[in-house]
Amino acid sequence: MTEVLVPFDEVIAKYDPALGLEVHVELNTNTKMFCGCPAVFGGEPNTQVCPTCLGLPGAMPVVNGKAVESAIRIGLALNCSIAEWCRFARKNYFYPDMPKNFQTSQYDEPIAFDGWLDVEVEGETFRVEIERAHMEEDTGKSTHVGGATGRIHGADYSLVDYNRAGIPLIEIVTRPILVPAEKAPAVARAYVGQLRDLILALGVSDARMDQGSIRADVNLSLAPKGADKLGTRSETKNVNSLRSVERAVRFEMSRHAGILDAGGSVLQETRHFHEDTGTTSSGREKSDAEDYRYFPEPDLVPVAPSREWVEELRGTLPENPTQKRARLQEEYGFSDLEMRDVWAAGALPLIEATVAEGTAPQSARKWWVAELLRRANDAGVELAEVGVTPQQVAEVQALVDAKTINDKLARQVFDGLIAGEGTAAEVIEKRGLALVSDDGPLIAAIDDALAAQPDIAEKIRGGNHAAAGAVIGAVMKATRGQADAARVRELILEKLA
Amino acid sequence: MSQLTRDEVAHLADLARIDLDDAELDHLAPQLNVILEAVASISGVAGDDVPPTSHPIPLTNVFREDVVRPSLSAEQALSGAPAVEEQRFRVPRILGDEQ
Amino acid sequence: MSELIRKTAAELADMLAAGETTSVEVTQAHLDRIAAVDGDAEAGVHAFLHVDADGALAQAAESDARRAAGESRHLLDGVPIAVKDVLATQGLPTTCGSRILEGWVPPYDATVVGKIKAAGLPILGKTNMDEFAMGSSTEHSAYGPTRNPWDQTRIPGGSGGGSAAAVAAFEAPLALGTDTGGSIRQPGAVTGTVGVKPTYGGVSRYGLVALANSLDQVGPVTRTVLDSALLHELIGGHDPLDSTSVDVPVGGFVEAARQGATGDLSGLKVGVIKELAGDGWQPGVMERFAETVALLKDLGAEVTEVSCPTFVHAMATYYLILPAECSSNLAKFDAMRYGLRVVPEGDPSAEAVMKATRDAGFGDEVKRRIMIGTYALSSGYYDAYYGQAQKVRTLISRDFAAAFEDVDVLVSPTSPTTAFPLGDKLDDPLAMYLQDLATIPANLAGVPGISVPAGLADEDGLPVGFQVLAPALADDRLYRVGAAVEAALTSRWGGPILAQAPTLEGPR
Repeated sequence: MTEVLVPFDEVIAKYDPALGLEVHVELNTNTKMFCGCPAVFGGEPNTQVCPTCLGLPGAMPVVNGKAVESAIRIGLALNCSIAEWCRFARKNYFYPDMPKNFQTSQYDEPIAFDGWLDVEVEGETFRVEIERAHMEEDTGKSTHVGGATGRIHGADYSLVDYNRAGIPLIEIVTRPILVPAEKAPAVARAYVGQLRDLILALGVSDARMDQGSIRADVNLSLAPKGADKLGTRSETKNVNSLRSVERAVRFEMSRHAGILDAGGSVLQETRHFHEDTGTTSSGREKSDAEDYRYFPEPDLVPVAPSREWVEELRGTLPENPTQKRARLQEEYGFSDLEMRDVWAAGALPLIEATVAEGTAPQSARKWWVAELLRRANDAGVELAEVGVTPQQVAEVQALVDAKTINDKLARQVFDGLIAGEGTAAEVIEKRGLALVSDDGPLIAAIDDALAAQPDIAEKIRGGNHAAAGAVIGAVMKATRGQADAARVRELILEKLA
Repeated sequence: MSQLTRDEVAHLADLARIDLDDAELDHLAPQLNVILEAVASISGVAGDDVPPTSHPIPLTNVFREDVVRPSLSAEQALSGAPAVEEQRFRVPRILGDEQ
Repeated sequence: MSELIRKTAAELADMLAAGETTSVEVTQAHLDRIAAVDGDAEAGVHAFLHVDADGALAQAAESDARRAAGESRHLLDGVPIAVKDVLATQGLPTTCGSRILEGWVPPYDATVVGKIKAAGLPILGKTNMDEFAMGSSTEHSAYGPTRNPWDQTRIPGGSGGGSAAAVAAFEAPLALGTDTGGSIRQPGAVTGTVGVKPTYGGVSRYGLVALANSLDQVGPVTRTVLDSALLHELIGGHDPLDSTSVDVPVGGFVEAARQGATGDLSGLKVGVIKELAGDGWQPGVMERFAETVALLKDLGAEVTEVSCPTFVHAMATYYLILPAECSSNLAKFDAMRYGLRVVPEGDPSAEAVMKATRDAGFGDEVKRRIMIGTYALSSGYYDAYYGQAQKVRTLISRDFAAAFEDVDVLVSPTSPTTAFPLGDKLDDPLAMYLQDLATIPANLAGVPGISVPAGLADEDGLPVGFQVLAPALADDRLYRVGAAVEAALTSRWGGPILAQAPTLEGPR
């Protein structure tokens, strides 16, 4: 079936969206949610499994206390209430990657509920209400064999590795987010991004969207402007980058509008997002899949965190992001405009880490927001995943400060770093990027330049120091950029004084 | 509480992933209704003020230290598998024709 | 027939300690007895699904070597045991009496199996049971029924008919059973043996293939109360792998049994449960029960009648909670990771394979309960069925709590009837369910219970069981009262009840 997509401008003129985001965070505990198998990424297939996570007959689960602690800390950081008493429940459905054919999750008694996260888009703050955050376990991983595409459709059979089965997940569910239609894609992206930063700051997960340790499901519905009822929603699964979150919302808005414009009704279904095309396609749900027959997990006992424990964990929370942002702006002396750009780029944690390595805040800002952001955008990746670490930025700036290189050469150093040519020093060595530190060759180059442009020498002698720029340019050209422009200027002025 | 129709029993079998043929449906459906009729007698026995019991001996907060314990070897993990390939469980194609 | 098989486990332990016999001798004697009387699906007791002669003899030889070196691990080191096939045994098949697990050999041991191995008890084999412990007759075993050693045309009770028949037929001095609604106690009653369901959480369930997680409990199956106490102390105690395991010290059972055997119950308050009697209760059962109650009075106990009004709803409650939990537990049997895989013709999907396998691999009773449970949990019915059952469960616990304010133990017949003929109730699930009327309340409330032989019913000459129930974690009371009853009756009969059982011939 071909979809009719309505241009975004037309969608926002006619419809109001309701967004909902379900984000799964894979915790970085040592062990799985209900057994002592390692909860690490990778590993030879089926080597990180035991009777419990393999669902062998007779095996029983025992809750990982550290995972509960992480869940509570996430809940507190999202301004949630923490349940005084809650249980795990079985979500029953058959699927080959699920060893027990039920997922141990939480149902109507989540560990954390009724919270919020303020997100900022273009200087405007939107409060996203958090309905709940609950604990559950991950499934195994299937590889599909045969068929043309390696996808599940058309495969001849599948191979299942249960190493991932049982890794602790926290699912964070928002209430419907009602924002102006034109802002919806950006708000969705900003929410997931800020949530990721928060999770990182809490230290409870690697928070790598590209590796699936944070996975977002995007729920979206549209209703005609002014309608008092929400429309039928679609649920787009496993959207695994911030950019994709934004694109998935945008695409679904256009798709829903196409259906509604034609007088049709949106099917409530699961959809899959395709990174390559930015589109979604219908998922696999069957009609009975919704009857999960939840009931309290009889092999586990209730979780009843004492208020003392909850308060103790509250004391371990990192600084509130809003307050932290204000504090850092003050400390770094960034203007409001500068800070807005820093925030929009997701650069604040990176700048903070760079400053922590001894770099001046403005230098750190300049590299991340100007130079590296452009490269990230070109590559279609997050700034944090651009391929340069805060430590490397600090090293480069230290070399600039030491006049080993200048800003222009520094850009080439970043090229080398991203290309994996080694450390900053190694890149400079390999590419021969160091500044000319000896005055001799510079003076020779200046003499050549002045001889070629005698009228300029006259102007400078006459007090027009700005005219020195042309000579500096010529010298830089002659030294292939490896001269310290300030030193060249000094030498010119000395010579013509 | 009402009686289960044959179609409803077929639906339950489907939910429970049991491929019942007609003869089995004919055999089991009346038995299920006899059982359901008997268990329906508890309706109304406990009022709204009675809390449910999910565990006979109430315990809370039974947690495990986050310390790695030895896993099974892959050979042990796969020892009962009907089919194995590349150290993984080989399972039939996951999607049916109808999907 | 070696006299060794007639000895109790406690006697064998003493003989081993005194050097009067060896574990290899004892184990071989039981293996010989199994070979002589157990037969197969067609004839014989058929208490075992799998006999591990080589393994048991090897463990026995190790036990003897330890004893010779003065390194015996436990009082019961060297005394052989049979294990119900619902407990995971590393290296030994574990089928749960189901086709769907035919040939499955677990890569791990249940905690209780680990404990008996560590204590040095040779494992004779795995005992027959109703498929996934669903039933009261062992006729729902996919591998053919077990036959009652008292009359091989009759049922041995269930689900643990194999374990009970094994000890009744002198094929093993000890066995492990599991009790979800009476599966240890009711087979004990109808085979003239002793069975104990410990307090919920008193014995680890790790490695017990769950029927209904909130009801299941592992317990001893023996011929004497003292043997049960010895085995209970060995298998009981906290297990960090079972979250529902109670973290309190285990002990005092053997002492309580020895004290009870002295026959003094003065000061003990006994409550007779009014609701567990009436129409449908076999006269011979009620006569033996009344005699035993009178006996308690003779031993100094103070007996009163106690009403537990919600017990009449126990069966309905049980048959909602159990199917709900088991429908989910049994979902894992899907032909993907272990067990049977039935592949229909053509190029079937995983779902089609699951459905065909579960149809072929599960018996009727399992299918019935899975579907009842699936129904009881489905959206729209949860509150009316499962939710309501959980509430009635609270009322049943409250009945127990109120009763135990006035009395120390409660008593009833273990089962409404003696052993009935094989095939009698196979297609009448409700009639079968009624067998567990008296045993179910203890599982719902998590309290412990024991069944001890109370004699033979006049009308059929078959064993009757006497049930004693105690408050949670007061399992020692079962042993005190049980041992007192056992001692008094044994002396009245002039020997153990099993001395009155027919001598078994080998299968023809």
